[in-house]
Amino acid sequence: MLFKNEYDVVIAGAGPGGAAAARKCAEGGLSVLLLEKRQEIGAPKRCGEGLGLSFVNHLGFKGNEGFVTNMVDNACLVAPNGKEIMAEFPDDKGCILERKLFDKALCYKAAEAGAKIIAKAKVIDVLKENGKITGIKAKIDGKTIEIKSKIVIAADGVESKIARMAGLDTKNRAQDIDSGFQYEMAGIELKDSNRIYLYFGNDIAPRGYIWIFPKGKTVANVGIGIAGNRKKTAKEYLDEWIETQPKIKKGSIIEVNSGGIPVGGLLKKMTLDNFMVVGDAAHQVNPLHGGGIDEATVAGEISAKIAIKAIKKGDTSDKTLKEYNDLWWKTRGKDLEKIEKYRNLVEKLTDEDMNILAGAVSGTELLDFAVGKGETLVKILMKNPKLFKLARHLI
Amino acid sequence: MCRAGFKVIFMVSKVDNEKCLRCGGCVSVCPVDCLLLDEVEGIAVDAKKCTSCGICVDFCPVGAFSIKKED
Repeated sequence: MLFKNEYDVVIAGAGPGGAAAARKCAEGGLSVLLLEKRQEIGAPKRCGEGLGLSFVNHLGFKGNEGFVTNMVDNACLVAPNGKEIMAEFPDDKGCILERKLFDKALCYKAAEAGAKIIAKAKVIDVLKENGKITGIKAKIDGKTIEIKSKIVIAADGVESKIARMAGLDTKNRAQDIDSGFQYEMAGIELKDSNRIYLYFGNDIAPRGYIWIFPKGKTVANVGIGIAGNRKKTAKEYLDEWIETQPKIKKGSIIEVNSGGIPVGGLLKKMTLDNFMVVGDAAHQVNPLHGGGIDEATVAGEISAKIAIKAIKKGDTSDKTLKEYNDLWWKTRGKDLEKIEKYRNLVEKLTDEDMNILAGAVSGTELLDFAVGKGETLVKILMKNPKLFKLARHLI
Repeated sequence: MCRAGFKVIFMVSKVDNEKCLRCGGCVSVCPVDCLLLDEVEGIAVDAKKCTSCGICVDFCPVGAFSIKKED
């Protein structure tokens, strides 16, 4: 495999964040190397595979590509007492992806734009001269290889070590990482295969929820995300819940996934001289619903924009790259920080609170709340004496 | 065995790589950076660094960790 020993930008990790950064950097005329430690890009997934159609469009796809397995129109939120709240997605459909194909499609785009991508190439260290990053050391095809670059972008996921090696403190606090577990199940019976189902309750999924994301008429991702430090593991909670659902229980297990979801602890500092960190590695995830494909992509695109500017200017110092930090915080960080505050409130809800809430608000208001637009919800809560104390936390 | 006759036992995190799904979430929560993920082999614990705090046990979605006596 031919690759050079020097690039403008080297990116570690070919998930959505790394692929977006690679594509945009290459489109901007930079020489780019994107390294992925796994032998197959996109697999195994650590994801429920839901993404809004408008975001799929943003990536340059129509939504009819092979990686879109199914479209969903709405969500059904189920309160602990069983009350169902329907939420229509406002002017957007949801796509349920096949991540393996989707992540590859993103890499095809990056490669088309001129980026060089290598799978089964693990970044094991950063190169430093006078304390500044000058490239990376990678294990490729059994050999340790040093590759120089003007900028290194770490997009190496939740288990990121590269940013730490570079000198940024990206460690997750235990309370800021959720424990996720999922089965892809086939041969199950779904009430509506164009609807996602979210089940809430401290007995079934403490500080989190169980999801059903349908990938077809009889196939779905059935998963759970909960806070760690519980008596039972995420797998045990999910297994117990499936036991109570005969229509799911009768199905088969096609794939087993697990993962850590960084639902908090946004980084104030994401750059160093010649270095940036994006995606899960920078905890860029919606703290309420735990989705991160769009967040990682947006961050990857912003980091590329700044990388292009910095390299054209001939100055890749922290002072220049810091613009990525500032721009990201302005574009996404402020919203995510607000949502993190909401999360802190939601965590405190008892099952009774959730049941009252389910009786008082609409699904659309709850969906707005999950993306940081909680104002309408607060107004409703303020009118209800039982919910007043919740509203207070939100203001 | 120390002089007073007490045996010093070190506790350490152990991982069952048969259960481990290689998701790497534990690597991100380990406060002393003692876990290493290999996509094929699974998780390796650096027993010298491990303080047996148990955060990995709390996090692991499949219960692959346990705190045991060091070999």
